[in-house]
Amino acid sequence: MLLAVLLPFIIAIFIPFLSKWKHKLHTGFFVTAVPVVIFIYFARFIGPGFEPVEREYSWIPSLDMNFLFYLDGLSLLFILLISGIGSLVAFYSIYYLHKSEQLGHFYVYFLLFMGSMLGIVLSDNVYVLYTFWEFTSLSSFLLIGFWNHREGSRYGALKSMLITVFGGLSLLGGLVFMSGITGTASIQEMMSQQELILNHDFFPLILTLILLGAFTKSAQFPFHIWLPDAMEAPTPVSAYLHSATMVKAGIFLVARFLPMLSVSEWFFIIVSAVGIATLCWGSYMAVRQTDLKGILAFSTISQLGMIMAMLGFGTKAAIFAAVFHILNHATFKGSLFMIAGIVDHETGSRDIRKLGGLMTFLPITATLAVIASFSMAGVPFPFLNGFYSKEMFFDAAVTMDLSVTGIAATLQTLFPYLAVLGSIFTFVYSMYFFFGTFRGKANIDELPKKPHEAPAGMLVSPAILVLGVIIIGLFPDLINKPFIEHAASAAYGSENVKDIYYWHGLSPAFIMSITVLVFGTILYLSIPKWASIYNAVPGRLSLNTFYDGLVERTERYSTIITNSYMNGSLGRYVRLILVAIVVVTFGTMALTGGFTLDFGNVSEVTLHEVLIAVVMVIAAIGTIIAKNRIAAILILGVVGYGLAMLFVLYRAPDLALTQLIVETVTVALFLLVFYHLPNLEPHHESSLTKAMNLIISVGYGLLMTMVAISAHSHKMFDTMSSYFVDNSYKLGGGDNIVNVILVDFRGLDTLFEIAVLGIAAMAIFGLIRLRGKNKEE
Amino acid sequence: MEQTLEITQSLIQVSAIISIIGVSLSVMILLYRVIKGPTNPDRAVALDIFGVNIMGLAGIIAILLVSTQFNDVILLIGILLFIGTIALAKFIEKGVIIERDMD
Repeated sequence: MLLAVLLPFIIAIFIPFLSKWKHKLHTGFFVTAVPVVIFIYFARFIGPGFEPVEREYSWIPSLDMNFLFYLDGLSLLFILLISGIGSLVAFYSIYYLHKSEQLGHFYVYFLLFMGSMLGIVLSDNVYVLYTFWEFTSLSSFLLIGFWNHREGSRYGALKSMLITVFGGLSLLGGLVFMSGITGTASIQEMMSQQELILNHDFFPLILTLILLGAFTKSAQFPFHIWLPDAMEAPTPVSAYLHSATMVKAGIFLVARFLPMLSVSEWFFIIVSAVGIATLCWGSYMAVRQTDLKGILAFSTISQLGMIMAMLGFGTKAAIFAAVFHILNHATFKGSLFMIAGIVDHETGSRDIRKLGGLMTFLPITATLAVIASFSMAGVPFPFLNGFYSKEMFFDAAVTMDLSVTGIAATLQTLFPYLAVLGSIFTFVYSMYFFFGTFRGKANIDELPKKPHEAPAGMLVSPAILVLGVIIIGLFPDLINKPFIEHAASAAYGSENVKDIYYWHGLSPAFIMSITVLVFGTILYLSIPKWASIYNAVPGRLSLNTFYDGLVERTERYSTIITNSYMNGSLGRYVRLILVAIVVVTFGTMALTGGFTLDFGNVSEVTLHEVLIAVVMVIAAIGTIIAKNRIAAILILGVVGYGLAMLFVLYRAPDLALTQLIVETVTVALFLLVFYHLPNLEPHHESSLTKAMNLIISVGYGLLMTMVAISAHSHKMFDTMSSYFVDNSYKLGGGDNIVNVILVDFRGLDTLFEIAVLGIAAMAIFGLIRLRGKNKEE
Repeated sequence: MEQTLEITQSLIQVSAIISIIGVSLSVMILLYRVIKGPTNPDRAVALDIFGVNIMGLAGIIAILLVSTQFNDVILLIGILLFIGTIALAKFIEKGVIIERDMD
């Protein structure tokens, strides 16, 4: 099983080599073999007596991250969708993508995506699940931006990346919480401890985080905005990622955690309300689109909303319908995308306003399109699978009888009406898609190409999918017992069996279907009359404007914030640093009671110390107010000599010697440099800045004084200086304790201080010698 | 005899302290000159004498502390003062301390 998941990744490594011969043999042929093999491998599991299979492969056992694969009915359904539609899309892409395209890149991304999708649906370990989840976001980003010379592709790729990665990170948060609470990373084991999670204080947070992940990935309202922009991708990508697989990852996630989370009433409220809102909004907006793929994108959003709503209902019938509709939607939507690709390929345009009357030019495509779009609309013919699942959806919405109160109860009574409303628009856009493209007046002269039927190879994949539509429609039991039942049971958490009939009496659901049919036809025929409503709703209000504004404003405000303090002035940075030090240190010391003033063990102050200190203070203040640069350095010299004198007073002859030499050399150095400096110019600083500088410097000085006094008052241990006094001659062989410490006890410090001086010398040499070298070159 | 020694000792101490105060006063006055100026040569001369005062101060303190450790310091101050004052003078006179051209 591990090999099956990793096979796409392994093959992806070899694709660059294989694509070298793309002019002899289209790389797509190699790639098509991969999902076919995976499909055959997993198809063996189909059967009435299916039992879940579990496999474990070590990855990072110490962190509880292992490739733990759990194959139940739900995973199997998704795997077969991924690999089955993957084979068809790969085959379709052979005819869609010309050999002059960068096939190597395309198929590497494609295989990466397929492998990660398989990883998501098979993983039982949450960390592995998340890893694959982000892999799909990444490969989807690469695929949407495949034609990266186009502005639209880059915009769409970035948008989908930002939104899905935002969701992915929330998902990670939710998963980490759950795994932290239960102490395991395995989803199945989490399920068995569901009480622990449900009763935990963080449960609302976990629910929100996980649902955010699922909603962003599955393009639910209001995160659906990335999907229409992802239509800039090549059509096989749209067909594969944005109809059949990636957008269903969120659905899969919700279905996977359904047995655990659906106990909560909020799960019902959030998931079904968001699902129904997405259904209505998506189908409403689809009618407005003029691009074939735009219609299909909003249609996908709306269908995903419908599935999400059914999962939200959480009843037996609803979940069965949801699982059934996942399969049905993948079949008809995949084929519709491929049909849109064929139309684009053969006429050079996807604009429905230019298209029309293509039925006589593309008869086979038109036949496929009529079946797929009628199935999407839910037209009650016995050979259309879309009708069955839509009928089940109505049935579930009507018969839903949860003992709930409050908001949930209101929603429950509202849902059937909203479901019908959404489905009416679904009907309208399905008709609009088919009739607008294939019927009506043909205006061939406006099209960039003269339309003619697509090559046979291009038609194979949609034909197989449409065949699937018909087979499921005619013989629903063929896949029900061995396949759908297991998936529905896995999603529901216990056995979920249902028979699928075409005719089940004059039930409310059937009446709803007829209502949809009647109102849908009326609305479709009168589109020109009511289309102006789109100017009012949504009018100018659009989530895209909001998103663009958000991205643009984030950048603008970040720039403003950064520029507000990063103005390049060293003075300001130093001020900020000092203020931060003063505030933080003062705050910490004051809060923890760190300031203590203890004058108990202070030595006596002598007159000459005071005199020298006074001299130094006066000199230091004189330095600040000096108007002349040389005067300032000379006055600073007084401070330096005063310090040397203090060293003398405190019996530190070595320090005094060094201090004197350093002071003299510094003064000399200053004089050397001053020669090259321009004369001091009057410094124009506002009095406010000056006052601020004064406050900050006084504050900093005060702080340091307080810290020094407190540190002295807090003497907790004796110093270790007695050790040096006792041992400097015995161990070090010297009377000068300072020097013995410098070169013997603590010689390493001296070594590196020598190194510092050496580096400084070399740096000065380099600065002087290399000055202006670059200018000459 | 011992009494004489003690008197001598306290005499040295007292005179040392008086000297320190005197030198300190001189340092204060020099400080006024260093800060006030009015020209840089004034400051340079003041700093030079400031150094001489410090030499004296170090000597008195050495007497006060009964220590020979500061004799190096006194000698060093002498040398440094000379070098420093020469450098200053050269700077004020020529604007440079080390001339590139020896011609």
